[in-house]
Amino acid sequence: MSGAFRIPRAGRLSQAKTARFSFDGQSYTGIEGDTLASALLANGVHLVGRSFKYHRPRGFLSAGAEEPNALVQIVRDDARKTPNVRATVQELYDGLAANSQNRWPSLSFDVGAVNDLASPLFSAGFYYKTFMWPKAAWKSLYEPKIREAAGLGVSPDKPDPDHYSSRYAHCDVLVLGGGAAGLAAALAAAETGVRVILADEQAEFGGSLRFETGAKIDGQDGFVWAQAAIAKLTAMDNVRVLSRTTAFGYYAQNFVGLVERVSDHLKAPGHELPRERLWQVRAKRVVLASGAIERHMVFANNDRPGIMLAGAARTFLNHYGVAVGRNVGVYTANDSAYAAAIDLKKAGVNIAAIVDLRDNPTGPVIDEARALGIEINFGRAVIRAGGKLRVSSMTVQPKNGGGERTISVDAILMSAGWTPSVHLFSQSRGKVAFNDETKRFVPGTYAQDCVSVGACNGTDGLSATVDEAYAAGAMAAKDSGAKTAKGTKPKVDASESWSRGMLGAAPGAGPDTTVKAFVDFQNDVTAKDIRQAVHEGMRSIEHVKRFTTNGMATDQGKTSNMHGLAIAAETLGKPIPEVGLTTFRAPYTPVTFGAIVSHARGPLFDPTRKTAIHPWAEAQGAVFEDVGQWKRAWYFPRAGEDMHAAVDRECVAVRKTAGLFDASTLGKIEVVGPDAAKFMELLYTNPWEKLEPGRCRYGIMLREDGFIYDDGVVGRLAPDRFHVTTTTGGAPRVMNHMEDYLQTEFPHLNVWLTSITEQWAVIAVQGPKSRDIIAPLVEGIDMSDEALPHMSVREGKICGVPTRLFRMSFTGERGFEVNVPADYGQAVWEALWAEGQKHGATAYGTETMHVLRAEKGYIIVGQDTDGTVTPNDAGLDWAVGKKKTDFVGIRGMARPDLVAKGRKQLVGLKTKDPKVVLEEGAQIVEDPKQAIPMKMIGHVTSSYWSQNCGRSIALALVAGGRDRMGDTLYVPMPNGVIEVEVTGMVFFDETGGRLNG
Amino acid sequence: MLLIRCPYCEEERPELEFRNAGEAHIARSANMAGESDDDFEKFFFIRSNPKGIIYERWRHMHGCARFFNAVRDTVTDKFVMTYKAGEPKPAKLPGVAK
Ligand SMILES: [Zn+2]
Repeated sequence: MSGAFRIPRAGRLSQAKTARFSFDGQSYTGIEGDTLASALLANGVHLVGRSFKYHRPRGFLSAGAEEPNALVQIVRDDARKTPNVRATVQELYDGLAANSQNRWPSLSFDVGAVNDLASPLFSAGFYYKTFMWPKAAWKSLYEPKIREAAGLGVSPDKPDPDHYSSRYAHCDVLVLGGGAAGLAAALAAAETGVRVILADEQAEFGGSLRFETGAKIDGQDGFVWAQAAIAKLTAMDNVRVLSRTTAFGYYAQNFVGLVERVSDHLKAPGHELPRERLWQVRAKRVVLASGAIERHMVFANNDRPGIMLAGAARTFLNHYGVAVGRNVGVYTANDSAYAAAIDLKKAGVNIAAIVDLRDNPTGPVIDEARALGIEINFGRAVIRAGGKLRVSSMTVQPKNGGGERTISVDAILMSAGWTPSVHLFSQSRGKVAFNDETKRFVPGTYAQDCVSVGACNGTDGLSATVDEAYAAGAMAAKDSGAKTAKGTKPKVDASESWSRGMLGAAPGAGPDTTVKAFVDFQNDVTAKDIRQAVHEGMRSIEHVKRFTTNGMATDQGKTSNMHGLAIAAETLGKPIPEVGLTTFRAPYTPVTFGAIVSHARGPLFDPTRKTAIHPWAEAQGAVFEDVGQWKRAWYFPRAGEDMHAAVDRECVAVRKTAGLFDASTLGKIEVVGPDAAKFMELLYTNPWEKLEPGRCRYGIMLREDGFIYDDGVVGRLAPDRFHVTTTTGGAPRVMNHMEDYLQTEFPHLNVWLTSITEQWAVIAVQGPKSRDIIAPLVEGIDMSDEALPHMSVREGKICGVPTRLFRMSFTGERGFEVNVPADYGQAVWEALWAEGQKHGATAYGTETMHVLRAEKGYIIVGQDTDGTVTPNDAGLDWAVGKKKTDFVGIRGMARPDLVAKGRKQLVGLKTKDPKVVLEEGAQIVEDPKQAIPMKMIGHVTSSYWSQNCGRSIALALVAGGRDRMGDTLYVPMPNGVIEVEVTGMVFFDETGGRLNG
Repeated sequence: MLLIRCPYCEEERPELEFRNAGEAHIARSANMAGESDDDFEKFFFIRSNPKGIIYERWRHMHGCARFFNAVRDTVTDKFVMTYKAGEPKPAKLPGVAK
């Protein structure tokens, strides 16, 4: 047995295939093919949640994606607890466990329901008013309490163990929506042979054919026809059919985002399947067949469990074989609810009464209902519902007032009419138009190559829908290049049709009342709230929306927007189109972060770059640091050493004997061509024309504004060939900067730029013994000081492989940088390491490199400069070619502000207590006794303990710094003020003798 | 995601392959050092930021790597046309009313 409310022989599910599930710990039985909603209803469960603000008991409003109330938490395990799942969308699987949300201690007795009694406190705009004072209470009291009380669902506290995939797809015709309209359009397009993608959010195609028992197409029941149509489309090579797939966003140039729920409906998905798949589809033409969504009636207590949309009740009956009650009332303002009453009556459910707001409507459904003996009340309104955890009665009154009559019911089906789903059309930037006769917004002006068909286009009736959709599908195919068309249009034999209805509050919930007649169920917005917003001065519908939060919940007001708009328009005394519709935004329904992120998380979030020498460093136990995408060896601790001890040892060893350092991450660009020197003259501040081949120069690159952009040593290998190095992090932007000027400002120069960062591994060998280590391995290069002085470069061989051997130093010691093709990087490193061992050399990491260069006052662009530092500020005026008439930044450098007195200049700092190491970023003041906020005159840019100097050292940017040599300044810190002396930037070997030592 | 036509590749490619490079048709002076403060301000700091048609530079970063010019409507985000670097501002724009 799969529930007391399952009707034998009704619905399309096979009774034999049962599935066990639990809700709030209670076990139930459903049928495969059920949604959680239909399975609960089959067991007579209507109460499934508490509302967001007032904690009112709530049941199911709908049978689909528009559901505002029935949000539950699905729990697979500790890491898979999905909150806010719509029970009307979640497919049942054996073992499914769901919990209700937003209630404590239990669903039927919820302490938070006092909010309902205190509701005057929570009326429209309450966030803006109630919690404004005192200001401090917001952070400590209001916000945490509101979050605790108002949260819907609980997020899991473990990382998501599922995986998600992502695909791009291209097609000629993309059809969104798989009801009668979408299927007809897809068939027409597919038959021409063009590439078609058809997507629908449901597990099964058919749309409203799931409940429309009156539909007959090609001689078959509508739903049966739909299954045949989808089978035909699935078998075609040029068609991709995607079920359980929601088009959530319509972006520029027919780019549509869809999310496919791949495994949420499976009992045990296994790890082979992604949980969801994101489709990013580029379509030549889009056919929108998104249907329409039924609206509820706005009357007092219209949110009681058991009160639902009439079409939903039909779906539960005709598709799932479930009766939503035994004694059902109907409240309507259009014909469609009659069909629900008729279907239920025929299935043996008592229809207590139909209450119809209209005065004397006529039509076949009304005749049929009357013939079945159903009581019909025209010109009357349901002015309130009785019952609390479940509706128990409806009170009926003539719509213009008069005697009340209360009728016992256990469910109320309501229909105020159908709202075309123009969400995707509106997202495509199409402009909607208001049809005053049918009181609905329909697609007006199109902004993209798309077309709307069927109910979302305001087309009523199956016959007209299929005609329109088939023609549109054929046209879309033709527009996207189809030559032939050989299909036959499906023939509609019988059809249901309705339109019209009402917008806004029903009688009994008018401006003169204070009843809780809900417009937006999910955000607990009533008709009164919307009127209040207007009375408090909101004029634009966008303001009304934000003030009341109408339509701002996760359902995005699919059932509430039109009612809210109508009530606002009425209160403003303006026609609806003048008040206007709020903007529809993506996503149509909530999309998981997992689907959007897909595989781009963890190690795949960003590429990791490793040098050729990385495996060696790893084997040596190096600790790595991230520098951009690179992993760089930070320091090489020996047994028992902490970072401090390791760095001290490495620093001393380099200056005493030698050290090996992996400098491969340095950016490297080859500038080649007859005009290479001319190009270098324009891109760097330094002069290059006269640099002899075989020599190097430290270059500074500016932006046009005159600020330092990058720096690095440049070697001239030949008259037409420069080997340029850049900072590790700056390589891509320097390349971009160079390309930009070469392509657009100096295209007359005959130059080629090639990134060679990855091609050359770079091994820095630094220290007094560096030459002794390298020399035995080198062929064809004279290593003497005369032949290879500081700042020179030679090409030759090392360990039998080609090398570009730079004599240069970033430590202040005699030094070399050995460039070898990256594939040989580790082998050459190991050979040099073996030689180094004979001399007591050490391997050192980036931390030691930083300390050693700071001891010499060598700057690091991006650490000691910040994009507002000129060469002069950095003490690098000597690197600017004074005779040059042009280079990038020459004019910017001369701007009044950049040559003014008092600019921040790079200087050295020595703490009065040599043991104290300053914090990088710490602010510097002249007078520590001044009142807070103090005048800050600069900040520390680099600061280290220097074992070689036996004290701490620091670099800092200080206003007018070079005029303050010897002055005492102060660095206020939380634990007290640190006294410092302004010094030059060189702390070690001021004369530079060791470069040749 | 927009589709952008690279005038060098002569193909429409997804926006991901491209990078915007600021306003187009701002020429660097041949006598840069001699520019007045006002002229340098106009050249370096002042940008038009129009509502409607804008002339921009883009780079086909992950394609041919060329810089080129594009005409885009800032209201609709639509690319009206693209053309090679160094070519003059088009006298007539396809499909744009005066
Ligand atoms: Zn290209």
